[in-house]
Amino acid sequence: MEYIDYYKVLGIDKNASQEDIKKAYRKLARKLHPDLNPNDKEAHKKFQQVNEANEVLSDPEKRKKYDQYGKDWQHAEQFEQARQSQKRSRGFGQETFSGDFEESDFSDFFNSMFGNMGGRFQQRQTKYRGEDYQAELQLNLADVYKTHQQTLTVNGKNIRITIPAGVENGQKIKISGHGGPGVNGGPAGDLYITFHIINNTKFKRLGNDFYATVDLDLYTAVLGGEITIDTLDGKVKLKVKPETQNGTKIKLKGKGFPVYKKEGEYGDLIITFEIKIPTNLTEKQKELFEQLSKL
Amino acid sequence: MIVLDEFCTSHQIEISFIQSLEQHGLIQTIIVDRKKFLLMDELSYLERIIRLHRELNINPEGIDVINNLLQEMEIMQNEISDLRSKLRFFEE
Repeated sequence: MEYIDYYKVLGIDKNASQEDIKKAYRKLARKLHPDLNPNDKEAHKKFQQVNEANEVLSDPEKRKKYDQYGKDWQHAEQFEQARQSQKRSRGFGQETFSGDFEESDFSDFFNSMFGNMGGRFQQRQTKYRGEDYQAELQLNLADVYKTHQQTLTVNGKNIRITIPAGVENGQKIKISGHGGPGVNGGPAGDLYITFHIINNTKFKRLGNDFYATVDLDLYTAVLGGEITIDTLDGKVKLKVKPETQNGTKIKLKGKGFPVYKKEGEYGDLIITFEIKIPTNLTEKQKELFEQLSKL
Repeated sequence: MIVLDEFCTSHQIEISFIQSLEQHGLIQTIIVDRKKFLLMDELSYLERIIRLHRELNINPEGIDVINNLLQEMEIMQNEISDLRSKLRFFEE
């Protein structure tokens, strides 16, 4: 467990007055408040540290204990036992910002020195919506080609969700009411799931379109013909025009990725032909190519 | 929908504050049988407004500015994510 320098967290001197502490706290709270920094985990973490520092330094009793035992926090327990025999009085007029984060999430250092303060907010009878949970789900690209259902375990609870076809990498969906329980009878928070889509196919995906490079032999490129290519939906026969040039692109309409929440709509598959020049020619083949070049 | 009076009592806020938010176009209320209701969909948003007001002393005008900036930020974050995915496409 690491010692936390609460003065450093608030950027103040050890001799700072209560007014200085309040001023420093308010300034940092305005900068780091979770409602002003959504999706910024680092800001949330710093805000919790700032809140914790204020919780200690703005309370003269806690500040005294911290100043006395700070670096020797292991001995704080003995101090606590001695203190139990005295009448405990709690400071009034303290500010505590809640933001939208886990209220009980004090550092181990804090809990070791001052005990678990998880219940300190209970004196406020305000109903609050529960905390929003964030979860991540890793899926293969082929898995999100079709809408399917999946069971997730979040905080020990099984939740069956429908994953719509076409979800994007990094996309976030909200499952209402599956977050943390409300405070003082408030409604439960929501569950946010962020998808991480791994492309394990030979296609490159850009939005709803797929891109692929297909090798074409010289003879089919020159004379034309029919080839079979793979799509996520199965094999497709494709006519190749005679005299097809290297790098020619063709678009297969509707053979791309499903459009999110638009059933039956698909992007396109864009094929780029890469013409392969034959190698290891036989004498006969060389002769025929020479004849051809002289025509 | 949530009855406005009950919401204000449980959140310990003045009805006048909600009225001021409504006047600034920050929230909507609905009147049914002479009773004012808040929309359930706006609950989380309204609680954020209350936190900003109560904890950072931000007035409705300031909250409006913050909301607009947060929206802008979300649009830009989505754009960055979109551009990153396009960049990955060309780097692969």
